[in-house]
This record gives sequence, C-alpha cells and structure tokens, in this order.
Amino acid sequence: MTITFNSKIPAGAIGDKWATYKEDAKLVAPGNKRKFKVIVVGTGLAGASAAATMAELGYQVDVFTFHDSPRRAHSIAAQGGINAAKNYQGDGDSVHRLFYDTIKGGDFRSRESNVHRLAEVSVNIIDQMVAQGVPFAREYGGLLDNRSFGGAQVSRTFYARGQTGQQLLLGAYQQLARQIGLGNVRMFNRTELVDVVTVDDRCAGIVTRDLVNGEVVSHAAHAVVMATGGYGNVFYLSTNAMACNVTAAWRAHRKGAAFANPCYTQIHPTCIPQSDPTQSKLTLMSESLRNDGRVWVPTNADESRSADQVPEAERDYILERLYPSYGNLAPRDVSSRAAKRAVDAGLGVGPLKNGVYLDFSDAVNRLGKDVVEERYGNLFQMYERIAGENPYDVPMRIYPATHYTMGGLWVDYELMTNIPGLYAAGEANFSDHGANRLGASALMQGLADGYFVLPYTIGNYLAPMLNKPIPGTDHPAFKEAELAAAARYQGYVDIKGSRSPDYFHREVGRIIWDYCGMERTQQGLEKALSELPALYEEFQKDLRVTGDAESMNQTLEKAGRVDDFFQLGMLMCRDALEREESCGGHFRAEYQTDEGEALRNDEDFAHVAAWEWTGDPTKSVRHSEELNFEAIHLATRSYK
Amino acid sequence: MSNHLKNLKLKIWRQSGPTDSGHFENYVMDEISDEASFLEMLDVLNEGLIGENKLPVVFDHDCREGICGTCSLMINGQAHGPERSTATCQLHMRKFKSGDEIVIEPWRASAFPIIKDLMVDRSAFDRIIESGGFITAPTGGAPDANLIPIPKTVADAAMDASQCIGCGACVAACPNGAANLFTGAKIAHLNLLPQGQAERFKRTEAMVETMDEYFGSCTNHGECEAACPKEISIDVIALMNKDYRQSKLKNRKEISRT
Ligand SMILES: Cc1cc2nc3c(=O)[nH]c(=O)nc-3n(C[C@H](O)[C@H](O)[C@H](O)COP(=O)(O)OP(=O)(O)OC[C@H]3O[C@@H](n4cnc5c(N)ncnc54)[C@H](O)[C@@H]3O)c2cc1C
Ligand code: SF4
Ligand code: FES
Repeated sequence: MTITFNSKIPAGAIGDKWATYKEDAKLVAPGNKRKFKVIVVGTGLAGASAAATMAELGYQVDVFTFHDSPRRAHSIAAQGGINAAKNYQGDGDSVHRLFYDTIKGGDFRSRESNVHRLAEVSVNIIDQMVAQGVPFAREYGGLLDNRSFGGAQVSRTFYARGQTGQQLLLGAYQQLARQIGLGNVRMFNRTELVDVVTVDDRCAGIVTRDLVNGEVVSHAAHAVVMATGGYGNVFYLSTNAMACNVTAAWRAHRKGAAFANPCYTQIHPTCIPQSDPTQSKLTLMSESLRNDGRVWVPTNADESRSADQVPEAERDYILERLYPSYGNLAPRDVSSRAAKRAVDAGLGVGPLKNGVYLDFSDAVNRLGKDVVEERYGNLFQMYERIAGENPYDVPMRIYPATHYTMGGLWVDYELMTNIPGLYAAGEANFSDHGANRLGASALMQGLADGYFVLPYTIGNYLAPMLNKPIPGTDHPAFKEAELAAAARYQGYVDIKGSRSPDYFHREVGRIIWDYCGMERTQQGLEKALSELPALYEEFQKDLRVTGDAESMNQTLEKAGRVDDFFQLGMLMCRDALEREESCGGHFRAEYQTDEGEALRNDEDFAHVAAWEWTGDPTKSVRHSEELNFEAIHLATRSYK
Repeated sequence: MSNHLKNLKLKIWRQSGPTDSGHFENYVMDEISDEASFLEMLDVLNEGLIGENKLPVVFDHDCREGICGTCSLMINGQAHGPERSTATCQLHMRKFKSGDEIVIEPWRASAFPIIKDLMVDRSAFDRIIESGGFITAPTGGAPDANLIPIPKTVADAAMDASQCIGCGACVAACPNGAANLFTGAKIAHLNLLPQGQAERFKRTEAMVETMDEYFGSCTNHGECEAACPKEISIDVIALMNKDYRQSKLKNRKEISRT
C-alpha cells in the first residue's frame, strides 16, 4: 500500500471549517443506516460515546473490549476534570481561547483545524453529559462549578469530585447499555482485537481472540473505529491500568496505518513515587491538587528534618520561583522537568529521596480543613492508603510518571487513518494535543471524537457504499489473518524459554524510561536502539508462557502485548532521535535555551512525523505532514 | 521505611474452569515488602509459579487504584479483605503480619459463575443496567447544562450513590447473594436527579425485576454496606424499595409522573 497523507482540511476561515464540512458531508438516509455494519473497538469515553451515538442513529454496531464489562475501560480512572469553553465563570473564556491554549499547550505541533473543532464542540459535551445524569460538582445555587487546570488562566474545568472520568464513563456506558438492551449494539466482552484486515486497500474488518477460550474469529464491517486508548504502558511503570496496551493500534499500523509522533509522551508531575521494586504501577494524584498545593524542596541537600520543621527561608518553591505567572499550575511537561532537576540535584525528599513535596498546610490554614477535605478528600484518602502518611499533617511526596501518549494512529480531519474505512478516536489517535496535552483535555477529546465528530464523518465515507457488497469473513484475507493470529499466540506458548512476559516488560520499560523518558539525548537514544533489538531477540527465544492458547491464559495475553511494546519502543526511539528539537513532552537535552527550556526548531520540524511499517521494526519509514499555522502565530511557549 | 513480612501461608482457590469442582492449594510466600499491595504479592507468587513451570493464579484486576471495579477476592472470608472501604487492589501488605495464614477465594454467588481460579463472570450486573440504568438522552439536542439548577445537596447525594464501581462485593458478602446495594445505588443516582424523573418508575420496575431474575433476595443483613469499597449507604435500598412499590401502582395505571 502506498501511503498518501491528505489531511482533508476543509477550506474557509478557521471558525467556519467544521460548519462547512457538515454542510457538505454526504448523508446516509435514516432508513438506510441499518444496512451498514460498524465495528467499534474499545469502550472508553471515545468508544462508548461513538458506539452509542451511531447505534442511536441506526447503524448496526458491534463493540469489542478485552475488559469483562464496557464500564471498566481505563477512562474510568481519570480524576481531575474535563475542559469546556462554557465561560460559566465569566472570566473571559471562549472557544478561541480554549483553541489557543490547546495549540500553545501542545507547543505548536498539532493541526489547527482539528483543535478548533474540538474547542467548538466542547460546550456540547457538558450539555450532553448533564442531560444523561452526570453529577458534576455544583455551587450552592445549583449551577455548575469549575476549577482551573494547568496551562490555562481561566476556570473551565468541570469535575465530579476526584472521579470525573468515572462519572463521565458511566454516563457513556449507560447510554451504550441502553442500546445493547434495545438490541442495536452487539457487545463482545473479554474479546481482544488481534488483527485488522484490509481488502483492496480498504479496511474490511478485524480478527479477535476470545480471552476465555482462546477462539480466534473474524468480523467483517463497512467501517472500523479504533478507540483503544494510549500506549503509556510501554514504560512498564505508568499511571495506566495494568491491561492498557498498544496491540490494536500496532496491529493496524502493521497493516498499513501510519503511526504518528510516537515519541510524544506525557509525563505527569504529580504521582506517588515508587516505593519498592515489586511495584506494578504508579498512582496519579490529580493535577487539581496543584490548585491549592505548593510544590517545594529543601534548599539543603542534606536536609533531615521533617517537612514542618524546615523554615520558610530554607524551602525552594520551585514552580512559583521559576514560573511566577502560572506558579504551581505550570503545564505538565514544564513542572515535571522542574521536579526531575530538583531530584537529580540531590534535593529529593522521602526515604528514597525520589520525590518533591506537595504541601497543603497553607491551604488548610487559609481555607480550613473542611474545605480542603471537600475538594480533595478522596484523593487524600487514596494517598494515605498507598503511602501510609496523612497529607493533612505531612506534605504529600510526588514525582513525575508516564501518564498519557499524544502520539498514535495518524488520522485526517475526519478521524480516518490512511486506510480507508479505518478510524481512530480518543487517545488512540494523534490528533489534537500536539507535543503536550493540557490537563482535562483528554476526556474532552475522547467525548468530542465519539459524540460529535465520528457520527458525522463516518456517514461521508459510508454513503457511497450503499447497497454495494463488502467482503465477508469467508474472504481469503480473513482466513489468512486468522491463521496468522492463531499461530502467533501458539508461537508464544511454544517458545518454552525461561523468562516471563513481565520480566521482559520490565526490561523494555526500563530502557524506554531511561533513554526515551523525560529527557532524551542522541547518545541515549542510540544506546536504546542497540539494546532493544538484542532484548527483543532474547524475548523471541527465551519467553516462557505456561498453560495453553485454548483457555483463559493471562500470561499469554501479556506476551502478545509485550511483543507489540517492543516493536513500538523501537519506533519511539527512532522518532525521538530524528526529531532534532525539543517540544512539549519531547525534551532533547541538546536543544534547550540558556534557561533550560525546550527549544523548538520550527524551520525543520513544524510537521507531524508519520511512520510507515516496513516489516522490520528498526526500519520504518518516516513521512511528514506539514503543519500550517494560519489562525495563530507560531510563538515561543512561555509560562513565566 | 519498608519492612518485610515473612512466611505467609496462602491458601488459594484453584479451579481450571466453570465445570471443574475446584480445590484449595497451599503456597508459602517467604518474604514480601509491606509496601507491596495485595495484588503485587500475588504478582510475585505468579512470577514464582511461572518460574516453576506451573500455571499462575488467574485473577481479575486492572486499574489498581480502586476505581475500575475489576478486582475482587474474598480474603479470609471478607470481600475485598480486612480494610474498610478499600478495594482489594488498594489493600497493602502492611495490614498483615509475618506468619499469617491468608485464605483467598473468588466471589461466591450463583449469579457470578467462576471462569477460572479467582475470576468470575459478573455480566449479570450489565444486564441490570441495560434494562433501565440510564437516562434516555440521545446525543445532540441536549439543553444548556445550566438550564436546570440542581441543589448542591441533591447533586451530592446523587454523586454519593453513583460512586459504585460495580465490583460485586455486596453480592459476595450477602448470605443470599442479593444485588440490592448495586441496583439501589444506580436507581438512587438517577432517581434523585431532575433529569431522571421522566423515567423514574419505569426504570425502577425494570431494574428491580431484572435483578430478581439473576440474584437472591434481600433480607436486610446489611453485610453489603460493610463490604462496599465505596461506602454506598444501605439507604439506597430503602429508596429503591419505596420507588418500586410506587412504580407498581403508577405503572399499572400508566400514570407518567409530572
Ligand atoms: C490516572 C489517570 C487520570 C487521568 N485524568 C484525566 C483527567 O482528569 N482529565 C482528562 O482529560 N484526562 C485524564 N486522563 C487521560 C484520559 O483518562 C484518557 O486519555 C482517556 O480516558 C482515554 O480514553 P479512550 O476512550 O481513548 O481510551 P480508554 O478509556 O483507555 O479505553 C480503551 C478501550 O479500548 C479497549 N481496548 C484496547 N485495546 C483493545 C484490543 N486490542 N481489543 C479490544 N479492546 C481493546 C479497552 O478494553 C478499553 O475499553 C487520565 C489518565 C489517567 C491514566
Ligand atoms: S455497591 Fe459497593 S460493593 Fe456493590 S458493586 Fe457497588 S461498589 Fe461494589
Ligand atoms: S483493580 Fe480497579 S478497582 Fe481494583
């Protein structure tokens, strides 16, 4: 397949593009919609909202998730909130400001047209979710409350205690459940996508593996939506859930879908530091805590007193000092690097000296314990359960951890990958956040994609296919993919080596974190690119999966996912190596200002890198899509 | 600083599939950090089993932050173990001491058939939601979100109920295997809100009757509330019962609520 990158951006002024697109898009008449089968993989915010809406419109929808219920998708874990340009606080917010903040936050590496549309539909999301019964936080007068998040100077974040993702996902899940109950959606739980099938350069369907009995089966459709989340677990330790993985996107990539900007990964500044080597994941403490918590480290590396004994003069409030206008709400990449530098300089706190303080004592004095509890009670509880310390008395200790991946499947304005008929939505695509995502914008993007974009754009593709036959699952391409998938899983069982998938996952994760994490260098990336293939070879020879491929086998599931992480990891390092600039979450030590801030190279890198699979994970081919900034001028991102 | 627990005696339920009768197997965990979570302790056990070429213990888990509701486990006869309002994944080994015997079993309830070892099938919960656990509001056309003010106390009460993570501990803890806390929580969440009024009685009737198809009946033991990691109050059951009684009357007369 030759790759063509047509971003299909509609003509016209930035504010008119989406309206123009919708006016011009081809439609499928209501009575004809049931003649189309659409597959949605994933039931997070993006997948559940897309599936429910398309089923409401009348399409036949088949939905797949590896979870035991659609309600478990990782969106459930989002804590802090969701942005929308409602301007309910009358503090000067607008669609344009949200658009601007998102482009700037993304360090001018995202596509203007997509981001503007996102800002436009953000307001509809809140209306939709409230109509569905999402119990957002309210003021005493009964109106909706807002808070601020990093990278914004307005309060546009809607929230439901510290469980915004849970409440939004339950809203979307319930809407999906209604469609399942009505028979408009067929739901396949505990079923993992293991391949994508193309026929005549068009996506014809998918191949899945039933996790309970190992059965490999094909499903044909007119269109397929990947709403399969991000790939942060390539780092092994991250804030993602244990089962989050890249397999769906990666298998699509191997079938010809370009993978864009894999090196754009986000490190979240406020996570609980690792406490011992058996640790399986890191826990996020919501960014909202930075509204009232102050980040500091002692000025003396040998400080041994408890936090409350350290006098003001011997504390360095690093973010307030470095970024006076945003203070503790500086964006994530900027805040993370500040913490890393403090710890690298030996100023870290806690038994392993691997964190910085996030201190609430001022907030408790100013607002009273009750108000602090009302705002953050459940987060404080969670912290205490994990760290064994009470944050009302002792400052929290935090450290950055991998949290989100901006890179993903390349999509055009319609959210279609370069494979016709294959779409990507939510965190799985690369679309809206450029090189860095602002807090509370992932939930917004997932729901924007699923509720307000895909249901429009998919009709434009389907309309001309009315009454034309599509290849069924008896087509040789499906049979071939089924055999290959079954052989792949049997293959892992047959290696009979000595090391578990977890062992290899930890090792890949360590390499990626060390060399392709918060700070990257040419030398380090080259080292990673020599270590990874060697380790991958060991994986292929020495993996051990006990049990068989015909029954519930969690070790086998893991093996397939780790295999794909290896291949993705190599691509991430290549991408990071070839992007000779620093931007957002991609910080190359060679490219920084005298003050240690990211130094972009707009001349050579104001583009999206879209990678083509060649069959060898170390030899992917780099393509690029130029980014044109018409509505906003390229500027240096400053939060001083 | 972390301490280490030594010589834990684990007694774990192993069952190869739904039709196998299953049995307990004994394992010894020589040493584990008290900073480890309970599930990380099982991870260590499983790594060891793979090392010995044996089958690791199958158990459900995902977020490990107490929010997705995927983890389960009866630990020493208690759903989600000894720590109150804490899901298994948030339970840490500092709650145990060296030499302890820990008995680990799956949720036991006829509505939750065992898939393998400690993993059960909770899809009956999805059936309850599908029957009415939603507000019908198709995408598009929703009015402005601030059009209907909702008193903070009402929004907060709805939020208290909607925190349910769908884990099933309430069912596992109940001597009758009843799902009243789970169902009541969803009914309370939606029935308390102004947006939920239009379908209030239809919803309640459908959900309660679907629940009754799969689960046992409630005899007010209150074990569910004690086991619930989200502290869902048993009051939601009272609200559900009240609305159910009313729905029988209202729905029969086909009076839609005004
Ligand atoms: C701890 C945490 C807190 C966060 N807090 C916030 C916040 O406050 N605000 C914010 O805006 N964002 C937040 N984010 C980010 C945000 O939650 C995610 O980016 C977003 O929810 C992703 O949604 P999604 O629908 O794209 O994917 P997900 O919710 O991850 O769903 C992926 C779905 O795909 C399925 N799937 C994946 N692969 C396969 C396969 N091969 N076969 C079958 N099914 C598959 C999964 O089962 C799942 O259903 C947070 C993220 C984390 C980790
Ligand atoms: S009510 Fe509590 S115990 Fe029952 S499913 Fe919900 S969260 Fe779990
Ligand atoms: S693993 Fe998610 S709640 Fe326990």
